[in-house]
This record gives sequence, structure tokens and C-alpha cells, in this order.
Amino acid sequence: MKQEALTKDNFYTSSTPKSGKKADSKLRRRQFFDRLARGFIFTFALLAIGIIFLIFVYVAREALPLFLGTAEEASFASSFTAPFTWQPVSSVPRYNVIPLILGTFKVTLIALLIATPLALAAALYTAEFAPTWVREWIKPAIELLAGIPSVVLGFFVLVVMASWLQSTFGFHFRLNALTAGMGLSLAVIPIIYTVTEDALSAVPRHYREASLALGASAVQTARLVVFPAASPGIGAALILGFGRAIGETMIVLMVSGNAAILSLDPTVPARTLSATIAAELGEVVFGSGHYRMLFLLGTILFVITSVLNWAGDRYNRRLREKLFGPS
Amino acid sequence: MRTAIDRTFVGLTFVATLIILAMLGVIIGNVIFHGKDRLSLEFITTAPENGMTAGGIFPAIFGTALLVLLMSLAAVPFGVLVAIYFAEYSRRDSRLYRWTRMAVNNLAGVPSIVFGLFGLGFFIQTIGRGIDRGLYGGQLVYGQPSILWAAMTMAVLTLPVVIITVEEALRAVPQDYREASLALGATRLQTIVRVILPQAWGGVMTGAILAISRGAGEVAPVLFTGAAYFLPYLPTHANDQFMQLGYHVYVLATQSPNVEASKPILFSTVLVLLTLTFLLNVTAMLIRNRMRQWATR
Repeated sequence: MKQEALTKDNFYTSSTPKSGKKADSKLRRRQFFDRLARGFIFTFALLAIGIIFLIFVYVAREALPLFLGTAEEASFASSFTAPFTWQPVSSVPRYNVIPLILGTFKVTLIALLIATPLALAAALYTAEFAPTWVREWIKPAIELLAGIPSVVLGFFVLVVMASWLQSTFGFHFRLNALTAGMGLSLAVIPIIYTVTEDALSAVPRHYREASLALGASAVQTARLVVFPAASPGIGAALILGFGRAIGETMIVLMVSGNAAILSLDPTVPARTLSATIAAELGEVVFGSGHYRMLFLLGTILFVITSVLNWAGDRYNRRLREKLFGPS
Repeated sequence: MRTAIDRTFVGLTFVATLIILAMLGVIIGNVIFHGKDRLSLEFITTAPENGMTAGGIFPAIFGTALLVLLMSLAAVPFGVLVAIYFAEYSRRDSRLYRWTRMAVNNLAGVPSIVFGLFGLGFFIQTIGRGIDRGLYGGQLVYGQPSILWAAMTMAVLTLPVVIITVEEALRAVPQDYREASLALGATRLQTIVRVILPQAWGGVMTGAILAISRGAGEVAPVLFTGAAYFLPYLPTHANDQFMQLGYHVYVLATQSPNVEASKPILFSTVLVLLTLTFLLNVTAMLIRNRMRQWATR
């Protein structure tokens, strides 16, 4: 065996030849296992890609008859055209997704309106103004908030907050879109906070030093230099928060009131896409039009969150490029 | 003038932070205050009685433990392998890297209820029914909701958590270690197994713990894949249904036959679930901090 030159491609597999047949076969065996492991690991990387396709395929497949027009009582076209009612359990079932989409966006928008100012301000405080020891307490605390299961947040709003909110604000309905939005904001705050805080911390120190050296105050530096520099990351934070809010299930299922009402009023109950699936799939007849409609809702959710996720990723990449140059 | 505006601004951001922390405090305080009285050794070791207005929550704790155990057996090895790909094998300009990265990021953002649909459509209707047709002559054995399929569904959901945590730990191992090992004639496989993985052990632990904490609390994916409202027996087979802590909270809060009577039990159940997830999360944080200290030393 001739010793080969060391190049980038054989860096790992090339080895100094040893004399004797025994050493040679041992080396070959090692190299064989090395290659085997490499193939094994690449297979799992491919499997990770496969899973995301499988999810889409197996969720969309159940909804496919709606598009082909072979499902009973429901079709893709009729789920977007008038009459705009979602009445799955009636003598003449009606499956229209418009009230559900409206409900979803209503609740999501309320949640974002509450969560965004709080989370952005808190991230700004943590990254720019807080003393180090305070920062070391705030970040784990918000991680704990992120770790609270959503069913617990739903429980808290339902059992503890809802009645209090109703008597304070005089809601006609105890459970409504506003209550759900408030509950949902608890789940969204940690995401927006974490992504924003990461973006602000990624801004190099010399940005701040240059600004301070020019006579700007710490607040001016934060507002006019650091925040704009981190803006793509903040865009990513809002998009990812939006995605999380749209897909969140247990909170809205428990506290939104679950009535599919076509209304923009935030104080009436709302029914979201995710809560509809959760509430109805348990009692549905396998293969029925209703069953297929619920999978269509799932497909819509999957597509929306995938697009949002992809957009969030792009914004995050743009942040890195902006701060550290193209990679 | 400028200092006044500055102070107001800092003050406002501080107040926002306080509001968030206060909400966390109110939730925890409230649950502890209302949940502590009912909590006892008996509560966590006995089964619900009297239509869930008396007794404990042992079956739910047992079911959750079994669920996360089965889930980890699938999610941790799979996640570690993908993390090894990312940290040790991938080239950043390759197509496989970009696609895998995109898939994992996307997976992390898929709503949990969609995982539930996937579990039902894929694991139960396709794999489970397939096994039944092939091995049991069409008899319903695996083609129905069970702890096995719930655990597999949960494993897919927690996979990104494991991957991201382990990858971070692998990347924290200094490059010198790899070079030294390779220079001594070890193959890449030997380097990973004998040098890098032992160094990144804490990361694997953290990944598993975070996945378990997530799996213990998620409800939406198990709604249709195996969680049961109430079961008089404990799950002993892979195709048994099970009770889960998070689902139990949901059931007690929304579908209890007697809401007022089950309220104390509800609060105590939430206290148990919260304590569990907090303990897991704090453990993960401590291990991670320890690791970061090592990395900078």
C-alpha cells in the first residue's frame, strides 16, 4: 500500500500504512466501519427531511377527496363560499372555513397586540439597560414561562382569570376572543422575547461604543443604533410569534368560547382552526366529509406555519448577513 | 431634558419586564396557593375516585412517565444522529445541509395539533393498520390509538428540541480535540464515539430532559393518538391507552361532571405538572450553565 497524499477529501480516511497483513486488515475494518457510520448518519439526516414531507403528505392525503370532489357532503370550493357557517353537526351539515379563519386571525391579532410591546420592551431592557446580575435572573425566568405547558396556561385563564376579566371589563360572554387572546399572549411573549433578545445581543459592541463616543446617551444608542441594527431579527421574532399563536391549540380550545361567529367584535366568542380540530376529531366518523374537512384545516395550518417559519428563518439569516457580512 | 426622557424610557421597558415576571409569579403563586392543601403522598399514589371528585392522579403520572420514556427511546437516538450530522459531517454549502436544516427548523414550527393529525393518519391508520393486516389478519390490535403511537407522535414533535440542544453541545467541543484524535490515527467514527460524545454528554442529557419536559405537558398531539379520559387500569402493553397529566388537567378543567367538586384536585394536578416541568427545565438549565463554564475555561 502506497502512502497517498493528504487532501481535503481523504483527510479522515487516509492513514499511515503499517507493515504486516494483520495491521492492514485491522485498518481496513476500521475504515469500513467508519464509512458505514457515515452512511448511517447521512441516512438519518435524510430521514429528518423525510419526516416533514411525511407530515404534509399524510395530513393533506386525508383532505384530498375534498379537492377531487369525491368527499361526502363537503368540497374544497364550498368551504370558502357563502353561506359562511360552520355547522358540522346538524341535519344539513355546513363546512365553511371562513368563520374559523376569521376567528383564528382575530384571536392571534389580539395576542400579538398584547405580547409584542411587552416582549420587545422587556428584551430591550434585558439586553441594553439591565445590570448583569438582573439579566441573569430575567432570562431563566422567561425560559420558565416558556416551559409552562399550554394546557396550564389555558387552565389558568379559564379557572382563575376569565371571571375576573368578565366582571372587570363587563364582557357579555365570559369566554371570548379577547380572553383567548390574553391567554395566548402568555404563550407568545417568551418566543418574541427570546428571538428579539438574541438579535439585540448579536449586535457587535463597537456599534454601541461608536454611538456613545459620539455623545449619544444609552437610551439613544439603544433606540437609534442597536434596535435598527437588529431589525431583521425583530421581524423574525414577530413572524415566529405569529406562527406560534396561529397553531396554539389548548389555550384557545379552553378559553375562546368556541363559537364559530362571523364577527369582528373582540368580545364575542371565537372558534379557531386548531381548536376546531381538537374539539371535533374525537367524535368524527372515519372517512366522512367532516373528517376530511378537519384534515383540510390541518393542511391549512401546516401551510401557513411553514411559510411563516421559512420567512422567519430568512429574516434571521438577513440579520446575520447585515451584522457579520455574507457567510 | 434628555436624561428625563431617557429615564422614562428605561423605566417603561423595566415596567414591561416586571409585568411579564409578575404574570409568571401570579400563575405560580396561584397554583401553589390553591393546590398545596390537597397535595399529599396519597394524592400522587392513588387513582381517581367518584367521577374524579376524590382520590389521586397516580395513573396520569404513570402514563406520562411511560409516554416520555417511550418517546425518549425514539427521539434521543434519532436526534443525536441528526445532530452529529450537523456538527461533524455536514458541509455548509451542500444541498443536504440546507435541506436538512430547513426541515428541522420547519418541524420546530409545526403546530402541535397537526402532529396529532399526522399521528392519526400515519402511525395509526397507515402503520398500525398495516401491522394489523399483515400480522393479525385484519384484527384491530395496533390500528387504534395507543401509548406506543402517542409516544411516536410526541417523539416527532420533540425531535427538533433534541437536535438543536445536542448540536450546540457538539459544537462547543473544541476543535483541538478532533484534530488531536485524528492525528493519533483514529477514524472519524472513533473520534466521535470516544472523544466528542463523552465531552458532549451533558448536551445529550439536556436535550433529553428538555424533550421530556415538553412531552409531559403537550396535550394536543395525544388527544387522538392514545390519551384516555379515564382508565381503571394502568397501561401494560404497547397498544394500551393511557392517562396523561396534561390531558387530565384539560379533562378536569372542561369536562368534569362536577366542576366545583373537582377544582381542588384540578389545582393540585396542575401543581404536580408545573413542579415536574419546572424541575426538568431547571435541571436542564443547570447542566447547560455547567457546560458553558467548561467551554470557556
